[in-house]
Amino acid sequence: MADVTLTIDGKRITVPAGTTVLQAARDNGIFIPTLCHDPKLTPWGGCRLCVVEIEGMRGLPASCVTTVAEGMVVQTASPQVVEARKMMLELLLANHPRDCLTCSKSGACSLQDYAYYYGVRGDKFHGEKHDYPLEDDNPFIVRDMNKCILCGKCIRVCAEVQVNNVIDFAHRGFNTRVTPAMDLTLRESEECVFCGNCVQVCPVGALAEKASLWQGREWELTKVRTTCTFCGVGCNLEVSVKDDHVVRVRGYDNPLVNSGWLCVKGRFGADFAESPDRITRPLIRVGERGEGRFREATWDEALDYTARRLQEIKEQYGSRAIAALSSARCTNEENYLMQKFMRAVIGTNNVDHCART
Amino acid sequence: MAGLAIAFGSGAMTNSIAEIEHNDVLLIIGSNTTEAHPVIGQKMKQAARRGAKLIVVDPRRIELVEHAYLWLPIRPGTNVALINGLMYVIITEGLVDKKFIEERTEGFENLWAVVQNYPPERVAGITGVPAEKIYAAARLYATTERAGIFYTLGITEHTSGTSNVMNLANLAMITGHVGKEFSGVNPLRGQNNVQGACDMGALPDVFPGYQKVANPEVRERFAAAWNCQLDATPGLRIPEMIDLAAGGYIRAMYIMGEDPALTDPDITHVRKALANLDFLVMQDLFISETAKFADVILPGASFLEKDGTFTSTERRVQRVRRALSPRGECRPDWQIICDLAARLGYPMHYDSPEQIFAEMASLTPSYAGMSYARLEGNGLQWPCPTPEHPGTKFLHAGRFPRGKGLLQGIEYQPPAELTDEEYPILLTTGRMLYHYGITTRHSPSLESYRPEELAEINPAQAAELGVRTGDRVTVVSRRGRLVTKVKVTDRVPPGIMFMTYHYKESPVNILTNAAFDPIAKTAEYKVTAVRLEPAS
Repeated sequence: MADVTLTIDGKRITVPAGTTVLQAARDNGIFIPTLCHDPKLTPWGGCRLCVVEIEGMRGLPASCVTTVAEGMVVQTASPQVVEARKMMLELLLANHPRDCLTCSKSGACSLQDYAYYYGVRGDKFHGEKHDYPLEDDNPFIVRDMNKCILCGKCIRVCAEVQVNNVIDFAHRGFNTRVTPAMDLTLRESEECVFCGNCVQVCPVGALAEKASLWQGREWELTKVRTTCTFCGVGCNLEVSVKDDHVVRVRGYDNPLVNSGWLCVKGRFGADFAESPDRITRPLIRVGERGEGRFREATWDEALDYTARRLQEIKEQYGSRAIAALSSARCTNEENYLMQKFMRAVIGTNNVDHCART
Repeated sequence: MAGLAIAFGSGAMTNSIAEIEHNDVLLIIGSNTTEAHPVIGQKMKQAARRGAKLIVVDPRRIELVEHAYLWLPIRPGTNVALINGLMYVIITEGLVDKKFIEERTEGFENLWAVVQNYPPERVAGITGVPAEKIYAAARLYATTERAGIFYTLGITEHTSGTSNVMNLANLAMITGHVGKEFSGVNPLRGQNNVQGACDMGALPDVFPGYQKVANPEVRERFAAAWNCQLDATPGLRIPEMIDLAAGGYIRAMYIMGEDPALTDPDITHVRKALANLDFLVMQDLFISETAKFADVILPGASFLEKDGTFTSTERRVQRVRRALSPRGECRPDWQIICDLAARLGYPMHYDSPEQIFAEMASLTPSYAGMSYARLEGNGLQWPCPTPEHPGTKFLHAGRFPRGKGLLQGIEYQPPAELTDEEYPILLTTGRMLYHYGITTRHSPSLESYRPEELAEINPAQAAELGVRTGDRVTVVSRRGRLVTKVKVTDRVPPGIMFMTYHYKESPVNILTNAAFDPIAKTAEYKVTAVRLEPAS
């Protein structure tokens, strides 16, 4: 594709034809705010926060849906542009709840960040506030439509990434809201698969992981990149932890694997690790085999006992009377050690695992 | 895996996940991808959305069917016949890739000798798939440049599992749809580290990297590295272990992170075998059904509590990083194994999983170029033989590991168990979106959403029994019986029902048949003859 040269804020920039003005600016370190834009979703041009001034064009075009042209001259921070953005933010804040003190999104909220950046206090207009009930009838996602700014990212991620088309805009004007068909909840719709990718793209506090509420503020979280344990796809995770407790899990953007997207298990299922059902001390059987009655033991006692019994059985019946099942759930390192243990220590090749097909 | 190893010389997904978005045809057979591999399912639906054509072969009207260009509703257990039918059309209509067959394969004559007996009209009778759909699917697959095959346990969990896989390899080879980008034969591995557990040699006949224990040179190399004597005789596979435990030959078992008493077929037999052991040590996170038979349970650490690596279905080795401290006195599984080894007189000391990985890589040619430092970023796909090697996006370019690809004629064999008057319904099993094995039963969120089985039965069966969604029925097979709630749905056709294996309260493997594939020793989880009775 041919290259196009344009000027943004006095800087000459060359980009491939077909690039949007927004992308050209961002690729060259020029700031343009957006609420409804995500580079992985179809540009929509709905929030109008990315407006810019382009010489020879009427009004203020949205940069996310304007493609570059040869010789184009763009201003991203002219007084007119800044005025328009402030007005957009004032209008959004006029209807937005003022509970930033306790909002789970505080510290990662695009609306909050831009209001601060432009010094918009939200006191210019006093618009009506919504009074929708909190939707929390499922165990995964909480929807607070009072905070929704109608950016439509959740709708597009559901249609374009998850391809389930569960939600869309409904009703008109001030009453417009994002909902499954017939104003059902996500749960009632029976179509939502709770992948939670909508939560991940929400720029404000309208969508949140239910289990994360009140568990930690954005700036208190330690983020760890790891690999999901729930199937063979190998999705990359960003696990957010506070005080040795998982607050939430989101997709980490490995473009070769999951591009940041997840499914319901990867996003919400990690709570198994903190289940009270976990065994947290070694156990030795006291009841009949199969009955499931055990007593707690120290590691030394349990390991000594295990080693002694394995040794006795090896001496009495030979190495081949012992067999091991390794695990497709465990790491490579653990599987390597398990087969090494059986081959080098016990002295048999009796090692297998259930998923060899 | 065994099937691909025979046909190509190595068994793994030939292509990469990121290639799916550039595919023009996806032949998805025996894979309920949107539930079992949801993020790959997303990519398949995205491909369909931009115009790629999905050919879905599945007895159930799974979600992907809604996105499919063609749906072939196959009778469970008849995959070999269907694939033969597809090849019949491709060969008789001259749609084969002659150059590929001549240069890259051997055995075409043997293949044709069998396939010529499978015209679509006959295949339709065996499989229940209308002949015109077989013609359409064959033509579409053969004439599309970027056509990939994706399959899962719907192909392998049959007595004919290895045959099914070899036949898919046949199909890909005669059309030249392998050994290049965007085309290949792709088994989607079910568990997070199936590929890795196989690669690491957690198999009775091979050391890490599929190096045969029967090969004296290989054995010598490992014996020198590990400073020990090594047994030259391949070990037992799971069904053999279970049989020999029941028979009193296997006296002790060490089970790490598996639950055969719930997830193996015919669990009544498995439980008898476990009860017969002199000693059973379990290493797990929870007291599983199997752990109830244990003498000792050692508490391991979950994936969030340790460092290491997993190898994903696309052969990508990626880091697992510790985010939490081990709960209570739990310990990472690698440390437990080291401690046991030391107590048995074989000091095994590692400071970290990274050291274990380095030792493994030094003994495993396909991992030899990998190190934790190199795995930062987006991971590496094997083979990666040297520290400079970038990893391998797709396999078999130019040549197969065995040299020429092996084409074989494969006759259709009916499943081990057939329906009859007494057991007229065919039960097939699998997993569902909200659960994964047994672990997620301990996830408060997932468990509260899907706390119990909802066996899928067709409205015809429901009407016969007079039950509705949410009612309970008794399911009886030749081996056992259980009670389950049902969901009445046309996702399953009349005469077929579906259950998952996640619930110990309605343990489906009390019903399933332990008949297994003669080569891979994988059981026929997908075909069990049952009857339904009102719940008493």
